[in-house]
Amino acid sequence: MEINHIAVAGTLESSDAMVTIEPGYGNIELELSSSVMNQYGRQIKETILQTLSRLNVHSAKVTVVDKGALDCTLKARVECAVYRSCDMSNENLPWGGIIQ
Amino acid sequence: MINSVGREIPDFLLKNGRGVYQGKHHMDGMYIQKQAPRTRRYEKPQQTKVIDSIVLALENCGAKDGMTFSFHHHLRNGDYVANMVMKAAIEELGLKDLVIAATSLGDAHDPIAQYIEDGKIVGIQTSGIRGKIGEVVSSGKLKTPAIIRSHGGRPRAIEEGELHIDITFIAAPTSDCMGNCRGVGGKSDCGSMGYAMSDAKYADHVVVITDCLVDFPNYPASIEAIDVDNVVVVESIGNPKKIASAAARISQNPRDLMMAENVAKIIASTPYFKDGFSFQTGVGGPSLAANLFLEKYMDEKKITMGWAIGGICGPIVELLKKNKIKKIIDVQDFDLEAVNSIHRTPNHFEMSASQYANPANKGAFVNSLDFVVLAALEIDTDFNVNVLTGSDGILRGAPGGHPDTAAGSKVCIIVTPLTRGRMATVCEKVVTVTTPGDCVDVLVTDYGIAVNPLRQDLIECLDKASIPHLPIEQLKEKAYSLVGCPDDLQWEDKVVAVLQARDGSILDVVRKIKPYIIK
Repeated sequence: MEINHIAVAGTLESSDAMVTIEPGYGNIELELSSSVMNQYGRQIKETILQTLSRLNVHSAKVTVVDKGALDCTLKARVECAVYRSCDMSNENLPWGGIIQ
Repeated sequence: MINSVGREIPDFLLKNGRGVYQGKHHMDGMYIQKQAPRTRRYEKPQQTKVIDSIVLALENCGAKDGMTFSFHHHLRNGDYVANMVMKAAIEELGLKDLVIAATSLGDAHDPIAQYIEDGKIVGIQTSGIRGKIGEVVSSGKLKTPAIIRSHGGRPRAIEEGELHIDITFIAAPTSDCMGNCRGVGGKSDCGSMGYAMSDAKYADHVVVITDCLVDFPNYPASIEAIDVDNVVVVESIGNPKKIASAAARISQNPRDLMMAENVAKIIASTPYFKDGFSFQTGVGGPSLAANLFLEKYMDEKKITMGWAIGGICGPIVELLKKNKIKKIIDVQDFDLEAVNSIHRTPNHFEMSASQYANPANKGAFVNSLDFVVLAALEIDTDFNVNVLTGSDGILRGAPGGHPDTAAGSKVCIIVTPLTRGRMATVCEKVVTVTTPGDCVDVLVTDYGIAVNPLRQDLIECLDKASIPHLPIEQLKEKAYSLVGCPDDLQWEDKVVAVLQARDGSILDVVRKIKPYIIK
């Protein structure tokens, strides 16, 4: 999927994450901060990159401010930000397809 | 050397007779030589000990480089006194190489962090370390490792001479001109002054700092004039709004209430739940709510509580006023209701930290305690509890009376949600052991109850009362299935804090955390 414009999903509430996605330069540039970085940084990064890959996003600048979100929350926030960035979040979302 | 909770203690710390932790009550029956306090003679009659400034008091007490200054934390996060004194000592008198020995340090003491960074303060000994001080100590900027002791371990260290205090500063809600202090009757009341008592008896010098000078004699006094060198009157010793919160409210959170009800059920299932039983609880949501349910079981069984100890808050005072508790013995007050009750409500008494929890006297109150209900940041499958370091390895907590009450009580119940955000409270290995697992008996979480296998007697009690419980490993597995298995923290070799067990042996160390880089 192509990132058309900047989009945001999520909040800075505890147990949530705020995901900002912008058009990239041919690669994934990830900026991650997390309140549980020392214990879960590696897993959070993996989850974000896997989700982007599943959505066929290969060029984007992604900023994630994580406040201890569970994996399911992270996935949902990334999916939502991606679909918002290409104005596809209002209808016909592929539930059960690439959105898992 | 590996100690009995499986922690590697570096050899360089094991000198001058200091050993590693060898288990609960290991030093029982041994003799200690108490240090005799050194004091100054004031033979000549004097009209007043009031002196114009903290600087003059410091000079009168012979303050010099390398000294140890002590503070108590009854003003909690509203305290102005520690900052005021350190500022006068360092910025006005130019002192350096100072050591702070506090009963606890919190966010209120953030300004002190700068003096650590500047190298003016070279040692910290405390029962609690939070905020910026926790961060700078964790980052290795303090010259010597911080020493963390429990509330009972601290008076032991003072009495043994391990912690020698050159000057102690008493934050006094009221004082007379000779230094008789009380925790009530001023504009910054804190109630009990229990943690300051050993300091006042053992320090070479005692300086009282008050914002409410009252007529002599200010009696009955918590800190006595016979121990006091000087009194300094300042505009304000603290922010009353942060000293004592409005009455601690009982949680309405259904998860807290469910855990609290289980705590009360467990207590009621044991043979120790009989007329005259004793009890301590923390002020965390579920711990506090346990009071409510306990009252119900007391009514059903038509029994009353003999006594309650600890940090005291409104709900406990309520029970005293309803004659459901016979006596409260109080080392610290958490809310206005408790502050306003001590010395006023009959049978609400004050005690020192040594009377409360010292393992090296002939029997502190904690040794007679039936039940204690405590919280935890983390608890591992050996029932070791951490209440000191965060999941990022940074110092941000306080052992307080946790290890003392756990070791002394007949039944120690830890109540905590299974996870907090993405942090597993029940885990494989806690970051830092602050209360050893052999002192912890029951764990109550929102996903189930686990009993320490060392306590087969309690397992029988729960079974008889049909209270379901499961192995703690299953709770850990459940937690990890929700949040994922955490990576181990990465440490450098440098030790930034030494955690003493209450008996003075070394329970654990905190090292400097490596900056985290995602690969």
